[in-house]
Amino acid sequence: MAETKVIMPQMGESIFEGTLTRWLKKPGDAVKRDEPLFEISTDKIDSEIPAPASGTLQQILVQEGQTVEINTVVGIIGDGNVATGPSTVASPKAAAPVPQASRPAPASKEEEDETAPGHVSPIVRRLAREHGIDLAELAGKGTGINGRITKNDILAFIEQRSTAPASGDTERVPMSAIRKSISEHMVMSLRTSAHVTTFFEVDCSSILAARDALKADFESAGTKLTVTPFFVLAAVRALKRFPILNSSVEGDTIVYRKNINVGIAVNIEGGLIVPVIKDAGEKNLQQLSEAINDLGERARTKRLTPDEVKGGTFSVTNPGQFGAVIGTPIINQPQVAILCMGGIKKRAVVVDDQIVARPMIMLALSFDHRIIDGAVADQFMADVQKQLESWS
Amino acid sequence: MALTTYVEAIRQGIWEEMERDESVFVLGEDVGIYGGAFKVTAGMLEKFGESRVVDTPISESGIVGAAIGAALMGMRPVAEMQFADFISCGFDQITNFAAKCRYRWGAPVPMVIRGPSGGGIHGGPFHSQNPEMYFVHTPGLKVLCPSTAYDAKGLIKSAIRDNDPVLFFEHKFLYRRIKEELPSEDFTVPIGKAITRRKGRDISIITYGAMVYIALDAAKELEKEGIELEVLDLRSLLPYDREAVLEAAKKTSKVILLHEDTRIGGFAGELAALISEEAFDYLDGPIRRITAPDTPVPYSPPLEEFFLPKVSDVIRVARELYAY
Repeated sequence: MAETKVIMPQMGESIFEGTLTRWLKKPGDAVKRDEPLFEISTDKIDSEIPAPASGTLQQILVQEGQTVEINTVVGIIGDGNVATGPSTVASPKAAAPVPQASRPAPASKEEEDETAPGHVSPIVRRLAREHGIDLAELAGKGTGINGRITKNDILAFIEQRSTAPASGDTERVPMSAIRKSISEHMVMSLRTSAHVTTFFEVDCSSILAARDALKADFESAGTKLTVTPFFVLAAVRALKRFPILNSSVEGDTIVYRKNINVGIAVNIEGGLIVPVIKDAGEKNLQQLSEAINDLGERARTKRLTPDEVKGGTFSVTNPGQFGAVIGTPIINQPQVAILCMGGIKKRAVVVDDQIVARPMIMLALSFDHRIIDGAVADQFMADVQKQLESWS
Repeated sequence: MALTTYVEAIRQGIWEEMERDESVFVLGEDVGIYGGAFKVTAGMLEKFGESRVVDTPISESGIVGAAIGAALMGMRPVAEMQFADFISCGFDQITNFAAKCRYRWGAPVPMVIRGPSGGGIHGGPFHSQNPEMYFVHTPGLKVLCPSTAYDAKGLIKSAIRDNDPVLFFEHKFLYRRIKEELPSEDFTVPIGKAITRRKGRDISIITYGAMVYIALDAAKELEKEGIELEVLDLRSLLPYDREAVLEAAKKTSKVILLHEDTRIGGFAGELAALISEEAFDYLDGPIRRITAPDTPVPYSPPLEEFFLPKVSDVIRVARELYAY
């Protein structure tokens, strides 16, 4: 009988574990090779994982919501000749009974400070970190020797916390892997870079006219033309003239990136992801358009590969699509600048002393003042503005 | 079907390999006419003749040297040490010559040296030792310590078919004390794979040889107190099953390492180091060793009983670790 083990794949070089978020097949279902089999969530990416072989999903060894190391066998695909066996995965461990006699009374030192967690073993420290538990919450509740908090204590605490009825006015929900990753990344960026944001207004008349002129041609080539590629192209051209914005900081060294790889922030369920247009500096409007549409679509359907979310040198975010006038984005480390697009709206502006209606947009650039001064950032933005307002 | 003892399983394994492959032969002290001190080779002389069942002088050094030479010339010798303790007479040839032939000039040495090891039979300091660690520390060798009749037969066959020098330590306490029903068809047990003898959630005991039974007996007692032991039987020490060891450690977060061999330089030290290096973040208590003390094996029965790790030792350490 042929069996194929289905493993948790390594999605990127620094990824060591993943959360199995959803099985797309049930035990006993027929599966085809390369057909989506389950969904995972890691620090870097949410993704659908294809079946490694055709056959019958015989066993599910890792349940939805479990986080396991890479290369862990999560299920078995067989040739369908074997009855579906029961899952061999252990049910969550109940708190073990504790022989009272063998436990000495807590030492008086521990009693003095009721909030100190005391000596903490490696696994307790790790579980606390992973589940965002302040060990002071368990102080005095340990069942180990001298009141030590044991692995069972913390597992019981996690279990109880997750099954506790939503009492009154709060509900506690553990973060998903991607949420935790975003959370850590954002705080790390604020701690790393000296964030400054500068704002520019741009008249979009030229690019909207250009878009109307090109739209039909693009569509006949199968590409939907939005305004975003215009902004990306303008930014890419300006980056070539102001390469400091396409760099990163390593210690006391400024590292200039020869390639321009533009990350585009995409809103997805439960978080956001920044797929990267590789070699954006070599692409024309048509190619940028195709890349943005393709990456956005695959980000939303969780079909990005790990390589496609790595290696960005500059980012663009567009909260304008949700109605924001403008935002002050956080830099996507290790990059040093991020361009933010507000919404395009007709506004009354003064042109040649006349009040006229023009489609206006606010642009913001958050930059790292450690290496980029305000004058340089503003020259960059003025360059972008000039290109967009005189598009032909 | 009849039950097969551990010693008979080894005999059957060698017998079947001799039938299967003409290059397999046995040599050792009294292995022919007498059938071996423990009767592992009984009946072989009659069946296979004196060219394949060779009685040797009392010289372990000579036996080992002849076996290495035959192996280099394409034979598959199975050399018996009447007691594993005497393997040290052939130490230089095993560690400096046999173990390094493949490394030095790519020559396979498909040789098995087997012998009864271990205590519990009041054999005194020269007939009770566990010499495995001298050889575990020698790259180029393989070292096996089966605990069941099934593994003894499956592993002796794998050892004979293996192209590297394999040291096969049979626990003489188990020879006739354990028996089980064996499959009638040909089977082998892979070298380098551990096996879980008992599943449990609280503490993992990693052990091998006769100590597997000490662990299992202790587990039965501790079960009554609600303490569930997982028992992992290594079976192979070189190479050993790192994945299984780490999996067992990660599963329960508490580990007892148990062996009959003495403490300093025992296999428990290697396991403790591996677990600290690779599974530190999974540990919920100190890694505990239960071993013989660092003395020769005493002849005096009460002293030997004190010397060997016992069920009560495992129960005591497991209770401490459980409460930790």
